[in-house]
Amino acid sequence: MSTVAYSPPKAEPIPVAGDYGPETRVDYINCAWGVRSWLLTVDHKRIALLYLFAITAMFFLGGAFAVLIRIELLTPKSDLFEPDTYNRMFTMHGIVMTFFFLIPGVPSVLGNFLLPIMLGAKDLAFPKLNLASWYIYILGCLLTLAGIIWGGIDTGWTFYTPYSTRSAHTSVMPVAVGVLVLGFSSILTALNFIVTTHTMRAPGLTWFKLPLFVWSSYATSLVVMLGTPVITTTLVLVAVERFAGVGIFDPKAGGDPVLFQHLFWFYSHPAVYIMILPAMGVISELVTAFSRKTIFGYQFVAFASMAIAVFGFLVWGHHMFVSGQSPYASTIFSLISYVVAIPSAVKVFNWTATLYKGSISWATPMLYAIGFIGLFTIGGLTGLVLASPPVDVHVTDTYFVVAHFHYVMVGGTIMAYMGGLHYWWPKMTGRMYPEGWAKAAALLVFFGFNLTFFPQFLVGYAGMNRRYASYVDEFQVLNVLSTAGASILGFGFLLPFGYFGWSLRYAKAAGPNPWGATGLEWTTESPPPPHNFEVTPTVTLPPYEYATHN
Amino acid sequence: MATVPLAHHFRTPAQQHHAALLGMWMFLITEVLLFGAVFLGYVVYRANPALHGGFVAASEHLGQSVFGFEHVPFLGAFNTVILLGSSFTMALAVRAAQVGNQSSLVRNLGLTMILGTIFLGIKAYEYHHDWDIGLIPGFKFDKAAWAGTGVDARHVELFFVFYFVLTGLHAIHMFIGMGLLGVLWVRSRMGRFGREYYTPIELAGLYWHFVDVVWIFLYPLLYLIRH
Repeated sequence: MSTVAYSPPKAEPIPVAGDYGPETRVDYINCAWGVRSWLLTVDHKRIALLYLFAITAMFFLGGAFAVLIRIELLTPKSDLFEPDTYNRMFTMHGIVMTFFFLIPGVPSVLGNFLLPIMLGAKDLAFPKLNLASWYIYILGCLLTLAGIIWGGIDTGWTFYTPYSTRSAHTSVMPVAVGVLVLGFSSILTALNFIVTTHTMRAPGLTWFKLPLFVWSSYATSLVVMLGTPVITTTLVLVAVERFAGVGIFDPKAGGDPVLFQHLFWFYSHPAVYIMILPAMGVISELVTAFSRKTIFGYQFVAFASMAIAVFGFLVWGHHMFVSGQSPYASTIFSLISYVVAIPSAVKVFNWTATLYKGSISWATPMLYAIGFIGLFTIGGLTGLVLASPPVDVHVTDTYFVVAHFHYVMVGGTIMAYMGGLHYWWPKMTGRMYPEGWAKAAALLVFFGFNLTFFPQFLVGYAGMNRRYASYVDEFQVLNVLSTAGASILGFGFLLPFGYFGWSLRYAKAAGPNPWGATGLEWTTESPPPPHNFEVTPTVTLPPYEYATHN
Repeated sequence: MATVPLAHHFRTPAQQHHAALLGMWMFLITEVLLFGAVFLGYVVYRANPALHGGFVAASEHLGQSVFGFEHVPFLGAFNTVILLGSSFTMALAVRAAQVGNQSSLVRNLGLTMILGTIFLGIKAYEYHHDWDIGLIPGFKFDKAAWAGTGVDARHVELFFVFYFVLTGLHAIHMFIGMGLLGVLWVRSRMGRFGREYYTPIELAGLYWHFVDVVWIFLYPLLYLIRH
């Protein structure tokens, strides 16, 4: 029994060359050949693959900086780099990973590929804007890379003024402009997602029949649209201040550096939800598919995404407890920060309840999903610890904070991204990945991750500051453990690079629905035809109807 | 009669129109936030007692002794009227497209562009004047002129940073709008729009009105308030 009832085939020509054999079927990959057909494509699936290449490159670049940081921190003295060089390393790690991988990662790759298919549409509402967003992303990458090669940048990923506008003698301008340009790419993608979700849904696909990945992508897009213009403006002001030598954020000229921090975090705290919300959507899909149950509390999970999007805009001040913000503001920001934990916890409880009495199978995506739930919970709970001003003042700018946000960003977002990539890889390429290698990589990532970042909670709580190339001798044991973990983690991330490539040529064909999952994307071929569906599907059942599906 | 170009991924022209309109509204929301952040910075600084004197003095300087009008932001006021007029002709153009009145459509798009050009010309004259009397922060700012006036020249400079960022951003949007209107004017003359298909005209109209509304906030905040 299928979840989807097809409307009767219409008389339009079906793009099939010959028989339905795997070699002859026309799909979005073999429908056109050559570099031009890729660089000028407006097909959301091809653009998703373009994004996959670019984002993977940026991920490994950011990872390379992380490796250098961890090697430096093997010893208490700053011996591999001068402190100035070390400052550049952690800054470029932060900027590349945050702006060029975590923010666009899940939406631009998985979202771009899946959103129209999950909606039963042929494409996003504005295919050309979608392609433009990729080129703008590349332009942002090139500007930032130019800055990295041309002296690097040492302001920290937060560009705090007046250091970034007055004192820093590094390539702040190209990198700041690169990040600014990147914002336009995010905005175009978000705008496309919102309009597509509103206007392109297949017949019968009402809002509460949408897959939860769509809900979370929609919520994310709202945050992108309302937050990103503010960072654009802020970076424009930073660029003007640096270029014209005026003092917008410089107290000497009457400017206020705290205003910069408010504007920066007004975007950059919601940006944390831009990174985690799509990942949560992926987890909702994975948990249901591999426990073969409908999601527990569908509407709670859907509205939790919207609640996170709304409350996420009201908590930015918790980054500024030590910035001279008034104690009243800090108290209010602290309380709202506790409130935003509620919808996140609702999601965790709902995923856990979905697992209960489910028929759980341990395919690789599920390993990542289970990893996500545990690690995100640790990251979230330590976030509550940090939302309390007295504790935060004590551990501000220590490795406790570093460990906290890596549990959310790596343990959360990247685990979900990897899980989603494995889950939809058969759909994107038509080939299965090698399960044994993938499981090994998932376990390496999980153990490597914990070995890297758990010691950082301890060393941070003991007082080790972030952003220093040297530290006191007592902290060395924990730092060596962390570096050892990082090498395992790095190896775990390199493995998929190899076996995904291998699978393209040698792995077995996947077929339309290798997981036996529900969802419109599994009703079409793998890889999908150029316009996703031979006939526009009509949706009659809610998502995740595994009871009727089997 | 204009035909409706229906993109391959839409089912009906109505769906396409709806998507385009929603997209433009979403885009305008991002624009509100884009300008909003600069407005916020400006308002926060203007309300700051330490900066207030400098900001008020600088604000009074806008439009001073232009064409002999003392302390009256004459050019700003004139430009406000021009821009409101252009919004009116733009609205007429959208209406003309919806009812399929070709000549009125072409005429009103042309009028809107002429008014937009006048606005930008006056803005350029104002900038030129600011350059002459040394009000360009960072490049040609005459700090000495403010000695003995009781206000800190750096605060005046800070005001003009916001003045140029805000009016500059607005002018960039005007230029983009003019480009859009130019393309639509040519396509209107080719008879591409009519009762069945007027989406691009409506989108350009929304954009143009938005840019106009930004000026409606910008003008009093920068030019008019005196305390």
